[in-house]
Amino acid sequence: MSAVMTPRQGVSQARAFRAVLRRDVFVTLSELPVFVAQVILQPLFLLFVFGKVLGALGYTRRGYADLLFPGLLALTAMITAIQTLAFPLMVEFGWTMEIEDRLLAPMATGLVAMEKVLFATLRAMVAAALMIPVGILVLGSIPWRWAGLPLLLAAMALGSLLGAGFGLVLGTLVAPNRINIVFSLIFTPLLFTGCVQYPWPALARLQWFQVVTAANPMTYVSELMRAALVPLVPHITPWVCLTVLGATITALLTIGVRGFYRRAID
Amino acid sequence: MSGQFAEACAVAVSGLIKRYPKSQVNAVDGISFSVMRGEVFGLLGPNGAGKTTAVGVLTTRARATAGHATVGGVDVMADPIRARNQLAVVPQRLNLDRSISIRRNLTFHAAYHGIAAGEAESRADQLLEEFGLLERADVKPDRFSGGQAQRVMIARALMHQPQVLFLDEPTTGLDPAARLFVWERLQKLREDGVTLILTTHDMDEAALLADRVGIMDHGKLLALDTPEALMRSLPGRATLELATPLRNGASGDRLVQALQELPGVERVESLQEDATDGAPAELRLRLYVSSEAAQLVAPAANLLAERGLALSGVELGRPSLEDVFIHLTGRSLR
Repeated sequence: MSAVMTPRQGVSQARAFRAVLRRDVFVTLSELPVFVAQVILQPLFLLFVFGKVLGALGYTRRGYADLLFPGLLALTAMITAIQTLAFPLMVEFGWTMEIEDRLLAPMATGLVAMEKVLFATLRAMVAAALMIPVGILVLGSIPWRWAGLPLLLAAMALGSLLGAGFGLVLGTLVAPNRINIVFSLIFTPLLFTGCVQYPWPALARLQWFQVVTAANPMTYVSELMRAALVPLVPHITPWVCLTVLGATITALLTIGVRGFYRRAID
Repeated sequence: MSGQFAEACAVAVSGLIKRYPKSQVNAVDGISFSVMRGEVFGLLGPNGAGKTTAVGVLTTRARATAGHATVGGVDVMADPIRARNQLAVVPQRLNLDRSISIRRNLTFHAAYHGIAAGEAESRADQLLEEFGLLERADVKPDRFSGGQAQRVMIARALMHQPQVLFLDEPTTGLDPAARLFVWERLQKLREDGVTLILTTHDMDEAALLADRVGIMDHGKLLALDTPEALMRSLPGRATLELATPLRNGASGDRLVQALQELPGVERVESLQEDATDGAPAELRLRLYVSSEAAQLVAPAANLLAERGLALSGVELGRPSLEDVFIHLTGRSLR
């Protein structure tokens, strides 16, 4: 082999970006059963116990499953995106340094971060979409409105992006030996204060908790899902949700990309 | 540094300073050097000398506090993206992609650098074969030993045919066989004309592989020259060892005195060896010289001949890079 001795022109950054994205898709496809299990298991059990078992035993009112299902879509999108991005990133930066080969690719460092965001978003949207057949299977039927489809897709995309933004911030700020702390201190509260299991306006009777849930951006994803699928259940107006989500996602991505630069370049 | 000169060099560094935030001292403290195309350049120094940091700046993974650096004619600070096309890095620690086979490690690396799939596959096959990895090409990196992983990382680095290959401590932690393999590969690359920049704290490695060696300590470049010139530069560090059969009863004292008076000789040590089976007792004399030791062989042999002594052995002792480092810093390398 002989070395090329003329200065090389840059290849297109878009090409490098696509190659890095292709790598992530390749790895996901080669671990498809793991991906499906990771994505489906938690919402499947939540759906089964809260939607089916409690209903069959008469502890929940008829129609609760309809209210829960949109919330679970939000939860699936958000959690999947966080998991896809945060944990591998913590490990790659903190321990395996696997990401170095991609950081040395001829593309802007910020683009490596944005690829992670895009991939996590795509994966989370696939996961949320998978919940639809799972819901039909477990519940027999799911609340569905073709007219709500655009809003549903927007909610899926924004919920996934929100999770990716959270994932990027966590992945760049948290050391790998703190994963456990992150899990219990951030994940669990996020999961239960995001209006997955209850609609936000109904919390008027528990006002302090209503305030707490309003601070969790996932609330606005859940409410957007309800606006799309069960508009008769009282919910937060979509434009409020869209505004809050747009602002939160912008803030998270800004902080996350900055953190990414800090970790990537000394 | 003129722009034209920088472009002719594989690497040109001038006044490079790197200080990490919250640090009181510069990790790299104003170093300047240039590396010609096809040259093998070694940065030698103890751990913490600033070698890895300097390489970090050159490979766009660390931002310089001050100074300039070009790799393959591209300014690494002004245009890091294009600079990454010119260079490849073999890091000190394993950083292979553990989720994919080593063949995919190679082909995806090529894809990141814009190489078409077909070309990447054939190039990967070629490199995997050259590096003796073809049989295990579809295994994931976790199953590889340190030496094998190092081979994979070198093969990966060569996928996009970099102009300059950076190797950070390429053989640290490898067993002797694996080390030898890496050395052979690097010598082959040198023959192929790839510019190599390696950091090491192993002076044998530096002396063996590098055309020129820069000695670093505390972020500064203390000396920079060919290994031979660096070792020659040491005052009184070369040695000349003479052996002569000892006649019964003879004493070497007078001879030692005479040798001591030769120009360039700083000190003479005599080591007497007892007779062993069949062989007569031998007098060994070690001369510490400040000039070229080889030039002293003839005058020393004359002195022996004048006393009727035969010269039965001559050995030129050469100082090592370690001696150079000790001379420059007053400390041992390890």
